[in-house]
Amino acid sequence: MSQPELNTAPKEQPVKESLFLKLKKNRLAYLFILPAMLAMIILVFYPLALGISYSFTNMNQYNMGSKFVEPSYKYVGLDNYITIFTDPDSLFWPVFKQTIIWTFTNVSLHFLIGLSLALVLNRQIRGRTIYRMILLVPWAVPSFVSAFSWRWMFNYDYGLFNWLLAKIGVQPIPWLSDPLWATVAVIMTNVWLGVPFMMVVLLGGLQSIPGELYEAARVDGASRIQQFFKITLPLLKPVAFTVTLLGIIWTFNMFNIIYLVSEGGPYNSTQILVTYAYVEAFQNWNFGISTTYGVIILSILISFSVVYSRVLKMSSGEKVY
Amino acid sequence: MKKKHHQLIEEIGVHTFLIIASLIAIFPVLWLISTSFKPESEIFTSNITIAPQNFTWDNYKYVLNLKDGIFFTWVRNSIVVALSTTILGLFFATTAAYAFSRYNFPGKRGMMYSFLLTQMFPGALLIVPYYNLFKQLGLLNSYTGLILAYSTTALPFCVWMLKQYFDTIPFELEEAARVDGLGPWGTFYKIVLPLSVPSLAVTAFFSFITAWNEFMFALTFMNREELYTIPVGLRSFVYYFRTDWHFMAAGAIMITIPVLVFFFFMQKYLVSGLTAGGSKG
Repeated sequence: MSQPELNTAPKEQPVKESLFLKLKKNRLAYLFILPAMLAMIILVFYPLALGISYSFTNMNQYNMGSKFVEPSYKYVGLDNYITIFTDPDSLFWPVFKQTIIWTFTNVSLHFLIGLSLALVLNRQIRGRTIYRMILLVPWAVPSFVSAFSWRWMFNYDYGLFNWLLAKIGVQPIPWLSDPLWATVAVIMTNVWLGVPFMMVVLLGGLQSIPGELYEAARVDGASRIQQFFKITLPLLKPVAFTVTLLGIIWTFNMFNIIYLVSEGGPYNSTQILVTYAYVEAFQNWNFGISTTYGVIILSILISFSVVYSRVLKMSSGEKVY
Repeated sequence: MKKKHHQLIEEIGVHTFLIIASLIAIFPVLWLISTSFKPESEIFTSNITIAPQNFTWDNYKYVLNLKDGIFFTWVRNSIVVALSTTILGLFFATTAAYAFSRYNFPGKRGMMYSFLLTQMFPGALLIVPYYNLFKQLGLLNSYTGLILAYSTTALPFCVWMLKQYFDTIPFELEEAARVDGLGPWGTFYKIVLPLSVPSLAVTAFFSFITAWNEFMFALTFMNREELYTIPVGLRSFVYYFRTDWHFMAAGAIMITIPVLVFFFFMQKYLVSGLTAGGSKG
């Protein structure tokens, strides 16, 4: 946590050397970056531009063309956008609502549980290393494996959860066949999955707070609650904001859990924007609509991040990224 | 006296909390392990037992022998794709990360943002153009296509991680090397790279794991069973046949254990690399 701030090359003297030297230095820097930049342009930005351009076409599996057939899709202007936002059959608004619920619930729970665990692990307790290792397991296990495991536990007839409920005399829950319960199920899975990352990062943040501050506070007679609100929280803020932003972006774009645990069902009720965009592309074969969803998702995330960093900068003068 | 009593209660509370949390964290994995050793009769029953009653290796044998060892083919596919992605990512990323760490040059900020921006790309926006391009180029059902698609996440990730590590290498070392007459390339190659071997290893590991775990691209681009990667292959146990939870569990455990072991060696380096940029020391 004590690395230098981004964008300030460490220990570099302010360049007041001759212009020639500066240019020469930069030429080398550009040369060093060239391969990566070229790869990014070919692999990321070119396909991205293509994807955006597809969102203005009626591309589907029949008119997309192939090695042997000329593509025959047409530009349709903003039709896809209009369809998505206004068509009565469009699932955009329900899916958008589900995405917001999904992201907000997940990230809040990740943060709250992660912070509580980090606070506890930051104390001098016996077995801290072992606890820490066990608590990291959900992060270490490949997410598709976790998804399968949870899906198995949610099984209506033979699953663990309904068996446990039966033991205490509760009716079995239709985990994956009822819209509300399916939402609960995917969120449970993803909360389990996301807590460890939040926990380790926040723990790192806590450990970088100098112990002398707490000592001084104790000498001044501050209670532990006061210490938490006056020292811990303010000093944790930069880390907390960064990791929350990352968490929001990742959760918003989380594909595996939804797709593998609930398959977006029942009746698309647990679909979020990314999984639904995938369904539009590879189940309904509407590539035009699917890429339009992609553009909408990207716009939402970029505008959100910009606003988020602005608010953060205004509130504290700190920089995210 | 009262104070001591208070402390004891607090300690019990803390440990109870941690033990419950640990149980929740580890349980889905334990459950998979237990499932993988149960015979079929203990799977499809409402009379569940936590531990297998008739312990058996049959599920593992079944998975390993399935269709002349197709499980090994899946593992091989995953290794080929993940390893190539990692090598490609590191190869392109190392010098760029070094430049980002050591030089201040016009356009640096913009370029770094463009790398970060890729974090926000929904796979759905790239997968369609990729699918289309691969279809035209005949790259569907090929390792090459999948590797190229994975590099889109691997490359920015490697640049970002390595930059954080290079930032921690003291600049004085390089100055000393330059005084001794090494050029910038020589400094990078002979001083910085050898010092960075551990961080290169960690970055490589995590970029390998990301590709190893990827599901969406693999599902879409690889349609032939002998080309499946592990996640897509395992999914066929869950969805296509009758749901064979015991076989899925055996397969899942076999590929999870090695990942878990390595992960615990590597995890502490990942966290500092990922978050250093956003936190002030």
